[in-house]
Amino acid sequence: MVINFKNFLLKYISLIGLLTLCIIIALISPRFLTVSNILNVLTQVSVNAILAIGMSFVILTGGIDLSVGSVLAITGAVLATFAKTGGNILPGVIAAIMLGAAIGLVNGLLVSKGKVQAFIVTLATMTIFRGVTYVYTGGNPISGLGNNISFIGNSSIFGVPLPIFFIIIVLLIAWYALNQTRFGRYIYALGGNEDSARLSGISTNRIKSLVYVISGVTAAIAGIIVTSRIGSASPNAGVGFELDAIAAVVLGGTSLAGGEGKVTGTIIGALIIGVLNNGLNLMGVSPFYQAIVKGLVILLAVLLDKKEK
Amino acid sequence: MKKKHLKLMALALTGAMLLAGLTGCGSKSTSETDSKKKVGLVLSTLNNPFFVSMKEGAQKAADEAGYTLIVADSGNDAAKERSNVEDLIQQGVSVLIINPTDSDAVGNAIKVANDSKIPVITVDRKANSGTVACYIASDNVTAGKMAAEFLAQKLGNKGNIVEIQGTPGASATNDRGKGFADFIATLPDMKIVASQSANFDRQKGLDVMQNIMQSTPEFDAVFAHNDEMALGAINALAGKNVLVVGIDGGADAQKAVQEGTMAATIAQQPDLMGSLAVQNAVKIINNETVPASIPVDLKLITK
Repeated sequence: MVINFKNFLLKYISLIGLLTLCIIIALISPRFLTVSNILNVLTQVSVNAILAIGMSFVILTGGIDLSVGSVLAITGAVLATFAKTGGNILPGVIAAIMLGAAIGLVNGLLVSKGKVQAFIVTLATMTIFRGVTYVYTGGNPISGLGNNISFIGNSSIFGVPLPIFFIIIVLLIAWYALNQTRFGRYIYALGGNEDSARLSGISTNRIKSLVYVISGVTAAIAGIIVTSRIGSASPNAGVGFELDAIAAVVLGGTSLAGGEGKVTGTIIGALIIGVLNNGLNLMGVSPFYQAIVKGLVILLAVLLDKKEK
Repeated sequence: MKKKHLKLMALALTGAMLLAGLTGCGSKSTSETDSKKKVGLVLSTLNNPFFVSMKEGAQKAADEAGYTLIVADSGNDAAKERSNVEDLIQQGVSVLIINPTDSDAVGNAIKVANDSKIPVITVDRKANSGTVACYIASDNVTAGKMAAEFLAQKLGNKGNIVEIQGTPGASATNDRGKGFADFIATLPDMKIVASQSANFDRQKGLDVMQNIMQSTPEFDAVFAHNDEMALGAINALAGKNVLVVGIDGGADAQKAVQEGTMAATIAQQPDLMGSLAVQNAVKIINNETVPASIPVDLKLITK
């Protein structure tokens, strides 16, 4: 019984960590557990959560995608160009998502067919597409967007901000793809042992390419939300976002070696980061200490997770 | 194996040369640049509209004076900055204009230029070591103070203020914060009720403002250390009756001031800094004397 309880604790360690964090912050700041603040945290988390869900697919195969921040910036800039015309925004959204998928495909082909390490490929494309964004925007933010785009990031349904629905939809699709389809099983098999996956007849190149396409698409969705929320597309949008996304995946218990992990864990990881950011602001902690606290939480979570394995 | 490597390298080199050729066509043909005197401009980053304007101002002044301007981007990395300085010296610039990434770290890069007898002008940020011919900047402490004076006057010396700080530890954050806080401290009825960092970033400015609104519902004004964060905060405030003041005077902020969503911005005139830097570089080349420091006026922009 004691052993079972211990196993239970370790299995849900990230969830328990999130709840503990919430309780501590709630005790210090009475404003934390209000409906408006919780909706607020969830909205703020949406960008990182959606990036992290896409990142989970890549990390489950044992890869990594550093280019997501740059993809976010260029897709946001493309969307902003469409939004500036003031017409129907749907073509802009489609163009942004297609561009995200295309950049993902480039990453995926270079990793699978080109057999270059994912870290190197996406480091290069991260740099290239940041540069493309500078060229495209001329180094200046694209602003003065029409009202046609504002609803995506700023409207609510029954009082719940739209970006929260985006998290739920993306999460449901990701969960279904990973747990209920052959594609999902292949991802875990590939991440667990690539050679045996290939020998058992799985087209590993195809799976590998597809996960980067997924990550590119989620980065584009994140780019759409960011652009809509702040009403402009900045050439330096999303700098460093890849690290927060990777942190969320790791905090959620997914192994960087691949083959092990869940998207539900990733959501909890993203929430931990979001709650921490929000809580540190609410408590008025000095910005100097905030960075230390965030780093320590990541370390602690990963150390606890190691204990489970 | 070796052959394959060679082939790859050849390919990469050809690609790089092609690219260089393409960008070369974009600016100016090489034969033309050789005959002209060159001025080097090393910018801390082009990842910020502020420094893009600085570059544009410098380019305009260089075109007018008939000089070639070679621009290098340090990407906020002091190591990159040093190699940029070395590269530009190699390219034979007569004067080097440096917009430091960091007042301390730039010292060694400046010493490299000093050793090569290339005069150095610093823009926007000071250098704490090395020999500098001329320093051109607006005073960040004054900018913070001007923001405080504006809010004090608007609020009748009475009210609560939320401060959104820049990147922790950056000199702009420290100086703007100090100028602001020192002035507010002289007014007994004005208080800074919350102070959080949003890293000079618009999206973070939105998030941090939302968070502060949860813990501090009552305030009359927001002072953000730059326009980007002020504009993010305005999105979070969504029509709330609060005065928002930023610093920099970028195009977006000026528009927000005209539209009435932003109360004021303290304009830094980066384009003027860039053109003054080039004009003084030209003076140095012509053996004229230049002042050791040139303050660039700040401008309070209100509706």
